[in-house]
Amino acid sequence: MMAYLPQILFIIALGFSIWFFTRNVKRLRRNILLGKNTDKSDQRPKRLKKMLRVALGQSKMVTRPIAGFLHVLVYVGFVIINIEVLEIIIDGVLGTHRIFSFLGPVYDVLIGSFEILALLVLISVILFWTRRNISKIKRFWSKEMTSWPKNDANNILYFEVVLMVLFLTMNATDYQLQLNNAAHYNQAGTFPISQFLLPMFDGLSNATLIVIERSAWWLHILGIFFFLNYLYYSKHLHILLAFPNVYYSRLNPQGQFSHNETVANEVKMMMDPEADPYAAPEEGEEDMPEKFGASDATDLNWFQLLSAYTCTECGRCTSECPANQTGKKLSPRKIMMDTRDRLEEIGENINKNGEFKPDDKQLLDDYISREELWACTTCNACVEACPVGIDPLSIIMDMRQYLVMEESAAPVELNNAMTNIENNAAPWPYNQQDRLNWVQEN
Amino acid sequence: MDMSENLKVPTMAGLMAEGKQPEVLFWVGCAGSFDDRAKKITKAFVKILNKINIDFAVLGTEESCTGDPAKRAGNEFLFQMQAATNIEVLNGYDVKKIVTTCPHCFNTIKNEYPALGGNYDVVHHTQFLKQLLDEGKLKIEGGEFKGKRITYHDPCYLGRANGEYEAPRELLRKLDVELVEMKSCKSRGLCCGAGGAQMFKDAEPGNKEVNIHRTEEALETQPEAIAAGCPFCNTMMTDGVKNKDKQDSIKVYDVVEMLSDAVDL
Repeated sequence: MMAYLPQILFIIALGFSIWFFTRNVKRLRRNILLGKNTDKSDQRPKRLKKMLRVALGQSKMVTRPIAGFLHVLVYVGFVIINIEVLEIIIDGVLGTHRIFSFLGPVYDVLIGSFEILALLVLISVILFWTRRNISKIKRFWSKEMTSWPKNDANNILYFEVVLMVLFLTMNATDYQLQLNNAAHYNQAGTFPISQFLLPMFDGLSNATLIVIERSAWWLHILGIFFFLNYLYYSKHLHILLAFPNVYYSRLNPQGQFSHNETVANEVKMMMDPEADPYAAPEEGEEDMPEKFGASDATDLNWFQLLSAYTCTECGRCTSECPANQTGKKLSPRKIMMDTRDRLEEIGENINKNGEFKPDDKQLLDDYISREELWACTTCNACVEACPVGIDPLSIIMDMRQYLVMEESAAPVELNNAMTNIENNAAPWPYNQQDRLNWVQEN
Repeated sequence: MDMSENLKVPTMAGLMAEGKQPEVLFWVGCAGSFDDRAKKITKAFVKILNKINIDFAVLGTEESCTGDPAKRAGNEFLFQMQAATNIEVLNGYDVKKIVTTCPHCFNTIKNEYPALGGNYDVVHHTQFLKQLLDEGKLKIEGGEFKGKRITYHDPCYLGRANGEYEAPRELLRKLDVELVEMKSCKSRGLCCGAGGAQMFKDAEPGNKEVNIHRTEEALETQPEAIAAGCPFCNTMMTDGVKNKDKQDSIKVYDVVEMLSDAVDL
């Protein structure tokens, strides 16, 4: 029985980790689907291609060469080293050791490349940490990047360092045990990096080496289980959500803002001389939305909410934003972070009460101020900058629509411009009859 | 530039009365119709159209705001009222092709009118002229900007919004100017500060105006003139240059104004 204890413990840890992860994924899905419907089922081949190019191929990451290159290293490392995690899980469940070692030379190449990648990841992560904490790159030091967002970013980097160090320690001691011909430690794998760690374990007994090797093995895999479940609470969710987010991201020209069918029907009625304004709506036609635009997270559509969870707070959007660059309060990254925070708050409310209990709060004012919304020039720089296809501008627009159409709360000068458009068909107080005067003027 | 010559500007209504249909409708836009600076751009474009005998017409007093600022300010209802009115007029004249000197009108009619029943082939004037150039109908030769150091400011609604970065640059290259790029250009071009209805309101508190910031980027390239492709960008950049007290040495032109004395017949 005792012989099976590690396996039993491993299966319990694995099971708990998967159960907890699944629970959070369900919550994530539920929260995202609190959003309004939007049809994104069109143009599948085009979407797939974009996902392969932008998410898998990281095409937008490299517009900033240094960060982009380091990110590609970490990303490739992460993906490839996961093959090793698969082996570790099988070993853990079956009580085997390096079960893939039957692959022989292929196994040697695999372990060798994992080691090299682990080193590259380690170096990249240290450089990332330096960029974030020492070189004080502006986008990492904005107002919204304090407390949790700041710690979250660093936590992930510390975590990666610990995981990579554990991985290399595990390999180094394993290698030493192989050299010592210890029982169960068959010759398997090449260790191009961890071989240099051997002097650290010089003169240790096999028993001690086994303790170190086992500890590193366990801590490494438990760390990965923890990391998997940390994702839901972190900006690091992008490693999963970047793919669907890019897939569902906009394919239309960026200048094409979303069409509002409800308003279109209204206008059609007003323009139709045959229409009877007093006619009772036909069956199924009373689908007037309860409000125009968005004042809370759940007024947004599910893609916008998916994007809020996808955002990894890199701040490329904010650093390209003309309003932000000139000291205005608007930060497109904060728009996404606020949307996620509010949505999480709504989700927690539902978890606690079984259904949403009004909490006297909303996305507008309690999270995003009007001043932020009105500072936007709709220039699309934020949309262009996002490496994972997020459209912060669409949220700003939906919230402006709420302000204007539900609250008539546009800035005074804008109201004047709109009154002009209404009365004389131009944003300035000129007469439409004078529109051709320029021809005569010198 | 000599503006005193008589411009031939047919209206759709006038042509219709004669039973004619022009090849292209020139959508002048509110700025192009009313703003003193933008009117010069309008005239420079018409001058070229006249010179190479393009069969065009304007809506004149039947034209009205496309609704772009209303939509971007959040007033979807007003936008759609404007759009519906315009589409009714355009469809009434059976318009097929539209050229406009304003990237905002261009974007709105091209991208947002189709969902409301307005389907036209819409081009920005720089695209229109570039095509005429390619077809050999327009010849550009030298002109007063030859050899001058020029930087081009990408209007958001032509560039990022619609992916057109090359047509205006192609025209400038034909003028043999020394084209220098700002540090943020093309898909990373910085906004002039006027978009999203900002033109019609005061900016939110900050430490600088967007147009000053953009003008500084332009001035960093040490240009002899700044080229733009949007009447609103033009106003913002002109104000920026004035703010830096450089208005005597550095002028802001629309690409079409720079062409107009180099167009050769």
